[in-house]
Amino acid sequence: MGVTKTITSKSKTKVEEHHHEHHEESFITKYIFSEDHKMIAKQFLITGIFWAIVGGALSSLFRIQLGFPDMDLTALSPIIGNWLTPQGKIDPEVYLALITMHGTIMVFFVLTAGLSGTFSNFLIPLQIGARDMASGFLNMLSYWFFFLSSIVMFISIFVEGGPASGGWTIYPPLSALPQAVSGSGMGMTLWLFSMSLFIVSALLGALNYITTVINLRTEGMTFFRMPLTIWAFFVTAILGVLSFPVLLSAALLLIMDRSFGTSFYLSDIYIAGEALSNQGGSAILFQHLFWFLGHPEVYIVILPSLGITSEIIATCSRKPIFGYRAMVYSIFGIGALSFVVWAHHMFISGMNPFLGSVFTILTLIIAVPSAIKAFNYIATLWRGNIIFTPAMLFSIGLVSFFISGGLTGLFLGNSVVDINLHDTYFVVAHFHIVMGSASFFGLFAGVYHWFPKMFGRMMNSTLGYVHFWVTFIGAYLVFFPLHYIGIAGFPRRYYSFTNFETGRIESFIDLNTFVSFAAILTFIAQFIFLFNFFYSMYRGRKASANPWKSNTIEWTTPVEPGHGNWPGKIPTVTRWPYDYSKPGAKDDFIPQHIPLSSTKESNMPEDEHR
Amino acid sequence: MSTTQTSKILRMNPRIFMVWIFMISISMIFVSLISAYIVKKGEPGGFNVDLPSMFYYSTALVLLSSIFKQLSYFASKKDNFKSLKLYLLLSLVTGILFLVTQYLGWVQLVGGGVYFVGHPDGSFIYILSGVHAFHLISGLFFILYVYSKSVKLDVHSKNMFFVEMSTTYWHFLAGLWVYLFITLYFYNI
Repeated sequence: MGVTKTITSKSKTKVEEHHHEHHEESFITKYIFSEDHKMIAKQFLITGIFWAIVGGALSSLFRIQLGFPDMDLTALSPIIGNWLTPQGKIDPEVYLALITMHGTIMVFFVLTAGLSGTFSNFLIPLQIGARDMASGFLNMLSYWFFFLSSIVMFISIFVEGGPASGGWTIYPPLSALPQAVSGSGMGMTLWLFSMSLFIVSALLGALNYITTVINLRTEGMTFFRMPLTIWAFFVTAILGVLSFPVLLSAALLLIMDRSFGTSFYLSDIYIAGEALSNQGGSAILFQHLFWFLGHPEVYIVILPSLGITSEIIATCSRKPIFGYRAMVYSIFGIGALSFVVWAHHMFISGMNPFLGSVFTILTLIIAVPSAIKAFNYIATLWRGNIIFTPAMLFSIGLVSFFISGGLTGLFLGNSVVDINLHDTYFVVAHFHIVMGSASFFGLFAGVYHWFPKMFGRMMNSTLGYVHFWVTFIGAYLVFFPLHYIGIAGFPRRYYSFTNFETGRIESFIDLNTFVSFAAILTFIAQFIFLFNFFYSMYRGRKASANPWKSNTIEWTTPVEPGHGNWPGKIPTVTRWPYDYSKPGAKDDFIPQHIPLSSTKESNMPEDEHR
Repeated sequence: MSTTQTSKILRMNPRIFMVWIFMISISMIFVSLISAYIVKKGEPGGFNVDLPSMFYYSTALVLLSSIFKQLSYFASKKDNFKSLKLYLLLSLVTGILFLVTQYLGWVQLVGGGVYFVGHPDGSFIYILSGVHAFHLISGLFFILYVYSKSVKLDVHSKNMFFVEMSTTYWHFLAGLWVYLFITLYFYNI
């Protein structure tokens, strides 16, 4: 009995391997309805890049309005004709729509789907040693829900009345009443529909990431032997599973208010001199529900980038990451705290001042795990044998943004200071540096670093350096002056500042012009990256198996891994992924699959317990 | 040494694991809606709703359905196909009757002057029961799927996955309704 059992299980694994080696695929199953996590990752990446271009172009448009308020844009009328006033300026309501769509696109479509979707999909199976995600089918659905949601959102830009224009936070009652602003009509309906699809996509993705990390690790890949990338993706997915459903209920109630006449968010409203019948609702309820998602969402955006840079900084400093466990615990700390700080977005909503101070304290505690991470990055770089690849530069850039943007968080997290700074450009500067730029840099770092694994070719590093320096300096030139504009009292989301005639506001017009210059230049510089990306995909130098001399096991696959990732057996893992520059070792790196028994000369007593 | 080097990692059936995470994310929808409801009830200007008597029958039916579903699980474990199919059908029928009583409950609410459109104290009852009913319908389809599999004799003691998962999901939905019912009851007296 026992013998037959082993035989059947053996033949079963043989069949499985056979299945993985010969996987005849048609064009459609390989490139379109693919269940291969690597192809899905590339689909997410390409769609994310598309959205990043759209989001960046929209921001260039409204930066023109802010920096050059008197400019005549009639020359652009073939492209954006009906967005202009007869004087050739951007229509004020279109301006609101532009900032709304810029925020929505960047936060959700680029930095959530484009970042998590790409790297969680690509790296989780490869770095933990799995053939694919737990459910390839759900993974495919996740992408296609995202694709559908993208199409709906894209269509909404062109509908009658324009896209949603209540800001990316779509606060009611503005967003709930179609008669309030033209963007609260069809555009808002499509926004809600698109976001519902997006939530489904995000949940399906997160479901897969969590399940795969917990259940499909290769032999020996204990939790504390996982690379920090995986830890970051794992916690990100947990945040998604817990917070996106709350956005769904917020959206559901808003849909009911908009389309079925309920009053969840509406009460005592007069519009055009007439009282609405809605009674008993509360607009603050929406803020609570929205920010219960919204705050974890900013960590959904930044954590994957932090994970990616942890990996790259260790690899390119040729040093073990400083404080591996502290890094893991601080990821968990940030994740847990992110659920109890949401009301710091609502300090001026009339909340109880005592409650405000509770949320202030909880918010400031986030500085602790964040500072641990920043310290560990620097300590890893300290006296490292640093190799400045483009990915490494972008990672160091992330650390810079994370620190300089995080510091302003201390001011905004204080309810007392926030009353003054709320909804000014100071807030805009803060989150564009700490969450926007930092996450984007993580995304770029990841693309430069894992491009050889994705496409089997190297990206051009000279273009990478140019791209880095222009973007790094550009981003600071764009966002640093915004702090001053914010302290001077410029409210965000305003169409124009020229009508106040106080003399004070006008004196900042030059600074706004400067910011717009920098923003548009930085946006244009991204085309260097785009060219590099697509050119290298076909013409880049062929990659070697392990171009960065990295320890993680994705580099043990063939240069262009097929469906199933490893042609033979999945490697077994015997050590943690950060054995760089180990004293006594032959090379300055020992990949995770090299058994301890073959590296007797460099083994340490603590290796036994890692 | 070899034990530390290649220690086996924790594993459970990934699909079962996924259903559990799925239930957690559904719970988050209800956690947020119930919190919103509780806060709303604490504000002045609201009113209490007489819960429709049909909701009491609903509660009984959903619990009964849960018992039938559990029995179908036991039957499948014992490879008793006849009672497996019978209990699956019974849980289906009681599930559908649950939805009918929910609908009749809404009719009673309307009869009592509590409308979906109006003060949120009333609307929330429709939203909570409605979102729950929506998920219950998905559970019905799941049971229907298991039933179609059991007709093909594809559900048995060696292949418990589907019957196990649909049972877990069904118990979850029943428990969720009982929780909603008790909460609504105590916040309306």
